[in-house]
Amino acid sequence: MLDYVLMVIGAILVNNILLARFLGNCPFIGCSQQIESAIGMGLAVIFVLTLAGALTWLVNAYILLPLGIGYLQTIAFILVIAALVQFVEMVIQKTSPGLYQALGIYLPLITTNCCVLGVALINVNEGYNFLQALIFSASSAAGFAFALFIFAGMRERLAFSAVPKPFQGIPIALITAGLLSLAFFGFAGMIK
Amino acid sequence: MIEPVINSVLTLSGIGLVSGLGLGIAAKKFAVFVDPRVLAIEQVLPSANCGACGFAGCHNFAESVVTGKADVSGCLVGKDAVAQKVAAVMGIEAKTGQFMVARLLCQGDDCKAERKYHYLGIQDCKAASLLAGGDKACAYGCLGLGSCVGVCPVNAISLNGNGLVKVDEAKCIGCKKCTLVCPRKVIQMVPAAQEVTVLCNSVDKGPVVKKNCQIGCIGCALCKKACPVEGAIVVENFLARINPQLCDRCKKCVAKCPTHAII
Repeated sequence: MLDYVLMVIGAILVNNILLARFLGNCPFIGCSQQIESAIGMGLAVIFVLTLAGALTWLVNAYILLPLGIGYLQTIAFILVIAALVQFVEMVIQKTSPGLYQALGIYLPLITTNCCVLGVALINVNEGYNFLQALIFSASSAAGFAFALFIFAGMRERLAFSAVPKPFQGIPIALITAGLLSLAFFGFAGMIK
Repeated sequence: MIEPVINSVLTLSGIGLVSGLGLGIAAKKFAVFVDPRVLAIEQVLPSANCGACGFAGCHNFAESVVTGKADVSGCLVGKDAVAQKVAAVMGIEAKTGQFMVARLLCQGDDCKAERKYHYLGIQDCKAASLLAGGDKACAYGCLGLGSCVGVCPVNAISLNGNGLVKVDEAKCIGCKKCTLVCPRKVIQMVPAAQEVTVLCNSVDKGPVVKKNCQIGCIGCALCKKACPVEGAIVVENFLARINPQLCDRCKKCVAKCPTHAII
């Protein structure tokens, strides 16, 4: 039990997918202008990443490994993730138009998000079992949403502050992201 | 030796096939009913997704038209032509001629208007108007340096090379940016359907206008006398203005105007 708790804390704080592993930085900059859209993106990532983590683990364990073609992980995972996201989008559009409107453009964006693929590959490389993979995917995604939420809050404040002209916009956002990453560096080594 | 190759090819194509079939079936099963009118309207819209209508994009506008939230003539880029097509899809009549376009209310080019001095500064109307109110002798005319040219998002305005700008009304989307940037407010929004316009903006008295410009409105009110419709032409502050709602386009005023300020 303690192992799983440590895994969750490790994935959210210590090895944060955005701030320690530097995966998925495109939406980190792109979707962090407003807290509202950051929450939308965060929820969509949690949803997709958990599903994708489980599905890719199954594909790896029951298709790729028995056939001895584990080296095709990357391309097979991309295929599976893209199909999964498309499928999820259709289902949501049919069953829950409200959620579809809320997630909106973020769902298709996640298709090509490297943190989804990254987590799927980490799951496999670390040799997690199915339950571990599921928990690690969900908590990694939670870490993503957490970091995105914090960063969006900071950027909303930044919008009202007097930033020197050369740093306005993306430059100050990148500097802030670097400082935020440094702050999360304080957790490093807490859990191996 | 060949086995891994076959394995990997078959596996990948298998995964691809399964997900493709799955998606195909899902697309059928989870198909969302979209009003065919939305698609039909989307087809006739310009698909520029410019947002000038006030909606997030052409698709959103089409949806709003079908649900009755938007007017059929709401597309500013497409104007009357698109409005009629959208109205045809919806089975109603479109109100035409209500689109506003920018028109330059000045004809005082370098041949016809006098200049107070020769301006050689920054080629910008605002900069020029800071220097003793601009180089044109007429304080209301177009400075012709093209501040409006730069702000026009669709390149509908160009310099005519003779001290004025030219608005291509077919291209104008009615965004009003040029009217806001013009320091002299001489480029104004008029209904696109208005054929007859007094192309002068000067409220100086007749003799002053005549001294400054050969083609300005001197406020003689001959047009008002020639006009068969009561109240279609109003002369105020030595400047005639045509009411587009009342004008019947007889163009008698055009023939009568001694300075040819009406076109």
